[in-house]
Amino acid sequence: MPLIGIFSNLYISFLSFLGQVAMLAGETILSIFCGRIRLRLVIQQIAEIGFGSQLVVIVTGAFTGAVFTAQAYFQFASLNMETAVGPVVALSMFRELGPVLTGVMVAGRVGAAMSAEIGTMKVSQQIDALRALAVNPVDYLVVPRALAMFVSMPFLVVECVGCGILASYYVGVNVLNISGVYFLANTQKFADSSDIIMALVKGFFFAGIIVFISCREGLRAKDGAVGVGRATTQTVVNCSLAILIVNFFLTMALNIIFPAG
Amino acid sequence: MSKPLLQVRDLVQKIGSQEILKGMNLDIYDGETLVLLGKSGGGKSVFLRHLIGLMRPVSGSILFEGEDITKLKERQLEPVRRKIGMLFQDGALFDSMNVFDNVAFPLRERGERNPAIIHQKVEESLARVNMRGHEKKMPVNLSGGMRKRVALARAIISPPNVILYDEPTAGLDPIVSDSINKLIRRLQAELRVTSVVVTHDMVSCNHIADRVALLNEGRIYFIGSTEDLHTNSDPTIRDFVDGRSGETIY
Repeated sequence: MPLIGIFSNLYISFLSFLGQVAMLAGETILSIFCGRIRLRLVIQQIAEIGFGSQLVVIVTGAFTGAVFTAQAYFQFASLNMETAVGPVVALSMFRELGPVLTGVMVAGRVGAAMSAEIGTMKVSQQIDALRALAVNPVDYLVVPRALAMFVSMPFLVVECVGCGILASYYVGVNVLNISGVYFLANTQKFADSSDIIMALVKGFFFAGIIVFISCREGLRAKDGAVGVGRATTQTVVNCSLAILIVNFFLTMALNIIFPAG
Repeated sequence: MSKPLLQVRDLVQKIGSQEILKGMNLDIYDGETLVLLGKSGGGKSVFLRHLIGLMRPVSGSILFEGEDITKLKERQLEPVRRKIGMLFQDGALFDSMNVFDNVAFPLRERGERNPAIIHQKVEESLARVNMRGHEKKMPVNLSGGMRKRVALARAIISPPNVILYDEPTAGLDPIVSDSINKLIRRLQAELRVTSVVVTHDMVSCNHIADRVALLNEGRIYFIGSTEDLHTNSDPTIRDFVDGRSGETIY
């Protein structure tokens, strides 16, 4: 019986979490279409999310591309398939690694910061002050972050993928002596616009996951500094897990729309 | 006395299993300064938060200008909140903004775009609370008393009909407390606002109150003038007024 109780509590908590994230997303979307957009805040957030994440995304993309190229080369070389390294890396970066790694890195950097900032405002009564001044916290805090995230994330994903492919080309051609002509020709042959669309669609979904989970955790923070710390940790864990889980279902769905090959 | 601006009827609030307010009834009249006294943790701040819709009661009603605000949804409360200002216990200033931007915040949010008008109104509001010259400071660099003054300037920049003060003198030294008391009195005279002040500071109460209410065990135990309070012989009231806990040392 206690085990059933634990599982039922976990199940209820999970459904409650999903419901709260969905309600926040719904309220935000309604506010975007019906409310006042604070452009200055949106631009501030684009600077924070988009420009502030440049280094982490470039380094992640470049080194993932480089190490993946090296590993693929060591396996393919024994089969005399070195020139397949380019398309394998490019397709993996477009379809999986680029969006997922960007999502996880942005969740760690931006999601945690969002959650901590909103959580601190919550525990120090600044959100109550907003409400007392007749300003809806969703309009003021969540909408600009959501818009900025939806604008920034596709660019960050493309940047991550681009850096990964460039690093792959550099390592493959200059370090591992793969023929540059074949590398490029094969990459162009196997990668097409559907792969780019897949990366962008995933980036868009991951943007929603990060912003709504982060803001939900921040808005529900309580119990002072400990609560803010808890909210920040929960944000990174929940965003990372949600990205990995949703990625599987997106891959299955998008492969029906854009079949590989 | 004029008609009640705020009418609180049978207000009940629970936090967890604990009943904080047990059917509270109170009338607050237009233009008066009502001081709500009570023990720490007795539900005074909880009650104040209900008056601006920051908390929803379990049952009961709060009529503001004839409308029951407990029935309004979050967005429907916004017009009500434009008429009610609130001073939070630690000011609740936005720590990402300097003093000027904090005070200008309500104006900008209500659509004022003219920098000259914003500047003029912010300066007027800061002058009212004796905080001119501190516009560029960040909240973290202000003392407790200064934070409360700036928060008050923010609350009155679009003059409200009602100002709610949550422990305005808590944590301040007697001199700063006295200046805050005088400020509350002056604002009441200048702006003709209705003020509801939650405190357990008897000096503050004597200085600013038109009427005093004592919250005890989740209900209004006493309501009357400060003179009535001081001359009342009820043991519960006497213990509070004289600062006696009823506990023995040994």
